Formats: sequence, C-alpha cells, structure tokens
Amino acid sequence: MLYQLKNIEHRYGARLVLKLETLSVKRGEALALVGPSGAGKSTLLRLLNFLEAPTAGEIVFDGETITPEAPLSVVRRITTVFQRPILLNRSVRANVVYGLELRGLRDEARVAAALQQVGLQEFANAPAHKLSGGEQQRAALARALALKPEVLLLDEPTANLDPYNVNLIEQIVREQNQTQGATVVLVTHNLFQAKRLASRTGLLLNGELIELASTEDFFNAPQDPRTAAFVQGKMVW
Amino acid sequence: MNRAELLTFHVLRSGMEAFFSITLLSLSVSGLALLIASGLGFPLGAWLALYPVPAKRLWELLVFTGMGLPPVVVGLAVYLLLSRSGPLGGLGWLFTPPAMITAQVIIALPMVIGLTQSAIESLDPNLRLQLRALGASPPQIVMTLMIEARGGILAAIIAAFGSIISEVGAVMLVGGNIEGQTRVLTTAIVLETRQGNFELALALGAVLLSLTFLINFGLTKLSQPR
Repeated sequence: MLYQLKNIEHRYGARLVLKLETLSVKRGEALALVGPSGAGKSTLLRLLNFLEAPTAGEIVFDGETITPEAPLSVVRRITTVFQRPILLNRSVRANVVYGLELRGLRDEARVAAALQQVGLQEFANAPAHKLSGGEQQRAALARALALKPEVLLLDEPTANLDPYNVNLIEQIVREQNQTQGATVVLVTHNLFQAKRLASRTGLLLNGELIELASTEDFFNAPQDPRTAAFVQGKMVW
Repeated sequence: MNRAELLTFHVLRSGMEAFFSITLLSLSVSGLALLIASGLGFPLGAWLALYPVPAKRLWELLVFTGMGLPPVVVGLAVYLLLSRSGPLGGLGWLFTPPAMITAQVIIALPMVIGLTQSAIESLDPNLRLQLRALGASPPQIVMTLMIEARGGILAAIIAAFGSIISEVGAVMLVGGNIEGQTRVLTTAIVLETRQGNFELALALGAVLLSLTFLINFGLTKLSQPR
C-alpha cells in the first residue's frame, strides 16, 4: 500500500468536513473518488498531497507515518492538478520549468517532452494567461508531468472543458498510470470518466467514505443503497 | 581668452560641477534610502500578507498611518533624535547625508510595507497551495509570490521613490541644505526660487522630473513578464 489513512478527521473551525475510518491507496492504481459537491473530495486530495495536516488521525505514506507536517522530500513525490489551473504569470515553458527549478534540476528534454505530450510545444513561449481554458489546463498538466510524480492527484481536471481537451487529458492520465506507473487519485463529478480511467472507485458523502470497490463492482453491483442511488443519478442532496 | 571670458568659463564650470554634485547627492541619498526601505519593507509586507501576525489589524493601521506621515514631521522627529541633546546625538549625523537617508527611510518604509502587503494579498489565494503542491519550500513560496506580485511591488518602489526624491521638508530640516554637503535637487530648487533664479530653479526641476521618468521607465521594464 502506498497510502494508509486511519481514523482521519479534518475540521475547518468547528465544521467536520472529513471523517474516514480507513482508506488505502495501492501503489500504481488509478482510484476515482466521486460524490456530490461539498462531500470532502478536494479536502481528501489536499491531505493526500500533504498540503494540510488532518485534525486527527494518521496517514502512512510508503511505510512512513507522516505527522504532523510532511517533509519536503515526501511532498515532492506527489503533485496535484487542480480544477482551475493556477498558472504563474510567465510563459508556458517557464511554468513547466518551475517545479524542476524548485528541485534544482535543469532538464530541457523533460520539459520539451511534457510540452509535446500535452500538445503545447508551439505555445512554449506564449504567456500562460493568454491560453484558452483547455490549453491552460493542459499547461498545468504538463507542469505536473515534467516532475514525473509518483502520485498524480487530479481534482476535477476536465471540468468545463470541451471533448477534445477531455479526451487528450484522459489519454495522458491513462498513460501516466499504465505506462509510467504513477499512482493516480482522481476526483470527478463525471461518472463516465471514473469508469474510463479508474480501477477502483469510491463514493464520498458528507465527508464519509460510503463505499470503495473495483470500478466494475461500484457501478454494476453497488453494495450500499446510497451508491446505487448516486450512480443511477437518483441521489438528491 | 581675455580675463572676462576666463571668469565666465570658470563660473560656468563651477556651476556645472555644483549641478552634478547636487544631482548625484539626490540620487545617492534617495537611492540608498529606497534600498534600505525595500530591504526592510519587502519581508515585513510579505510577513503581514502571509502569516497570522499577532495584532495584525493594529500593525496595518500603523502602516497606513505611516503612509500619510507629513515629511516635515518626520524631519522634525529625526532632527530631535539626532540633535546634540537628542538620544542619538552622539552619532553626529545631523546636517549630514546619513540624517537625510534616515528621514527618507522613515518616509518610504510604510509605503513599501503597505503596498507590498496589498500586492501579495491581491494574488489568487489558491496560488500558495498550488506552489506547495509543486514542491516549493516555504521560502520558495514567499519568493515566488513576490515575483508574481511584482507589478504591485514595483508600484510600491515607484511610489516610495517618488515621495522621497521629491520630498523637501525633511531633508531641509535634517540636512540643512549645505552647499557641497547636503544640498539636493529639491532644496536647491527652493533656494534658487527664493533668490529669484527662476531659470536655474526650472532647470533643476526639469532634471528632477527627467530622473524620475528614467528610473520609473527602467523599473517598469524590469517588471515585464519573462
């Protein structure tokens, strides 16, 4: 197991936003987390990237218990692509180079490969903020790919994008997972996307993990009536 | 060259020398004051913007008040501090460039702090999270945020520089407008105007404006995205 989360609670002030008894993420798997807005999916990703420390509980990453703050060396094995790409006010290329510079690396080939992978090599010198929404998200993905992360966390990476960009990003994510061996945790509202990309899928509801199963079982033979209602689009929240 | 021509040449040459020395002193006093104020103000502004500072509202109030400090009041305070009977009288700085620099640092510092804080706070609040997710250490995050806020930080530098290079009350009080020692462009303009030398006062004013324009032009160029 790459991650083991035990008795996790996370609060913002008095509000409990996440309560997980246990959650394991296997090395090299593609795990999708679905659920309505406000279910705690993005919060869980922030905990998995060690951007926030849980209010209570324990996270074991690659055999090492992380408390309370993860060392930088651990954080740098993981990265997140957020729903809204937050790019630096620089060229596309400078954005892709940024993460490598932080690590003291200069690897032109890696930068070029990442840009080519997302189809932005022609826009390398363009200001990142001049790109379209889909191109910006691809630039954010290239920035993550250049780091060759062991864990790629994706928070609604294709929300509001056109089918071309959705398809391209899904192809890249699949390739990262299946060819490069990256562990992928994907938060999505798109159930079809979860079906296409994930080997396991979990439902989060009000901060709790309701069900986690193989993607096939999750969609075809859900054990919890709430999962059944959610996958059939009948859940009202 | 007859005697009259020689005298004219001598007067012109000494005038030009004085002119350059005044301009150079203006630039070095205000430049050094800006450098010190920036060195102190950038980290303090970033600290106020990014960390849960105790009594943050009070600090902000003090900074905003400082931004509106009348220079002549700053000059008076520095004068009293540095005068022979003042607590820092032993330094012997009164009527010297260090006294002028001290006064200008006090004028510029709140501007640099306040505008730096405001520039960093105006960035996307999720940017910090994104930088951390890309593996930035806390100092790397602060540095990147400052680079991202460069437009606002540049505005802080320009505003601070503009206020100190054009300031006259404080430098007049603590510098004394001594020829060849503490006379700067603004105090020279005041003196020449009082003596009725309007052409010279206007020429000095034009130099002051040109310098300000050139420095702002250079700073604006520096802030262009890479």
